[in-house]
Amino acid sequence: MLTLHPKVSVRPEPFGALLYHFGTRRLSFLKDRRLLDVVHRLDGSTSIEDALSDVPAAEQPAFRAALATLEKTGMLV
Amino acid sequence: MKLVEHFAAGLDAPICLTWELTYACNLACVHCLSSSGRRDPRELSTQECKAVIDELQRMQVFYVNIGGGEPTVRSDFWELVDYATAHQVGVKFSTNGVRIDAAAAARLAASDYVDVQISLDGATASVNDAVRGAGSYDMALAALGHLAAAGFRDAKISVVCTRQNISQLDEFKALADRFGATLRLTRLRPSGRGADVWDELHPTMTQQKELYDWLVAHGEGVLTGDSFFHLSAFGSALPGLNLCGAGRVVCLIDPVGDVYACPFAIHDAFLAGNVRTAGFQEVWQHSSLFASLREPQSGGTCASCQHYDSCQGGCMAAKFFTGLPLDGPDPECVQGYGELALAGVSNASVPAPTGDHSHSVASAAGMRAGRGPVPLTLSVRRPDKICEESPLAGLTV
Repeated sequence: MLTLHPKVSVRPEPFGALLYHFGTRRLSFLKDRRLLDVVHRLDGSTSIEDALSDVPAAEQPAFRAALATLEKTGMLV
Repeated sequence: MKLVEHFAAGLDAPICLTWELTYACNLACVHCLSSSGRRDPRELSTQECKAVIDELQRMQVFYVNIGGGEPTVRSDFWELVDYATAHQVGVKFSTNGVRIDAAAAARLAASDYVDVQISLDGATASVNDAVRGAGSYDMALAALGHLAAAGFRDAKISVVCTRQNISQLDEFKALADRFGATLRLTRLRPSGRGADVWDELHPTMTQQKELYDWLVAHGEGVLTGDSFFHLSAFGSALPGLNLCGAGRVVCLIDPVGDVYACPFAIHDAFLAGNVRTAGFQEVWQHSSLFASLREPQSGGTCASCQHYDSCQGGCMAAKFFTGLPLDGPDPECVQGYGELALAGVSNASVPAPTGDHSHSVASAAGMRAGRGPVPLTLSVRRPDKICEESPLAGLTV
């Protein structure tokens, strides 16, 4: 169960969103508004499957990869 | 649309904002990009600064790069730093070290949201002090020593690369390692008093290649603020964003609240508005200057060059302050087109500075008094690449 790290701020932008981690000073980009929606649905009690339920199956691998990157870089914990 | 194209069209708020808190400075570096020295009596008050921070918080500007002048000489400096970090605006500040004593270092070590850059332009006192002034090397090293002793982690040593210090890159790296610091190399610009010393200080073509090779060899272990993109025309592109960020993802708020397209472009031609009269958000989102900088650019005379994709024609400020057209080559174009273009520039077409806060003994205006009138025929075109701070620093895409 993932959720945004408490030190991460999210700034919506026309292309998606900017994520900034105040602890690591790392900046990341969400290049799709729908990915931002998915990230918002991850509240620590929602499974990745449920969070991705609105994403077409063909696109889910790309979304999963993006979430894995966010987890690896500490944006999601 | 690619991410870079979104950046080019401008974002709702800057990624990287430089805020110079004061033009006052204890030093008088010969290449100061903001011609600092004397405090401007119109400087933003503490309350006005806090109002700017409130606005940055609302716009979700995650951090500001605070500089000057010497920002720490403001009596409310720490108050403003604390106010910013308490309002979700992280602070990175640049200092010559004058106020970084043991107590300040301890205070910084206790904060999670403040980064410090100590400016040093020579790995030896003789090289540094020739540019930054007598005693400035010892002052910077004392500050680094205090930070290290207090347990402050990962301070930055910020170096402007010059003809005199390119041969010291390994020594700078060793110095940074000695203090547990990270080395940050940036490009000299002919901005502010830098225009007066550009001819003597800017690296030679041979040194530019030496610098490029050194940067390639050291990779991302050395920070550059993405300021050497013009060197990418030597071969493979250096890490960073293929885009000038001026007015698009980067801008400057100066000590009196004027908003400029980039920290290296303090000139009326790049003045977008003032935070006092309009508020920062209004300037950022609706100034006509920034709108023009966010329009697509052709590349001008550089468009037919095979290296244009990697260097994008170089730095807007470097061109402007050497009198070159903004849609042509950078004065330090590594293919040599800049030197050819400069040969056709007369002194009279080099823009004079529109702001000078130099100490009177070092008045750039006085030094430049012999120059002719400023022709305002240069159009402000979309710049080419991000130059001050990389919004891609630490990026995962």
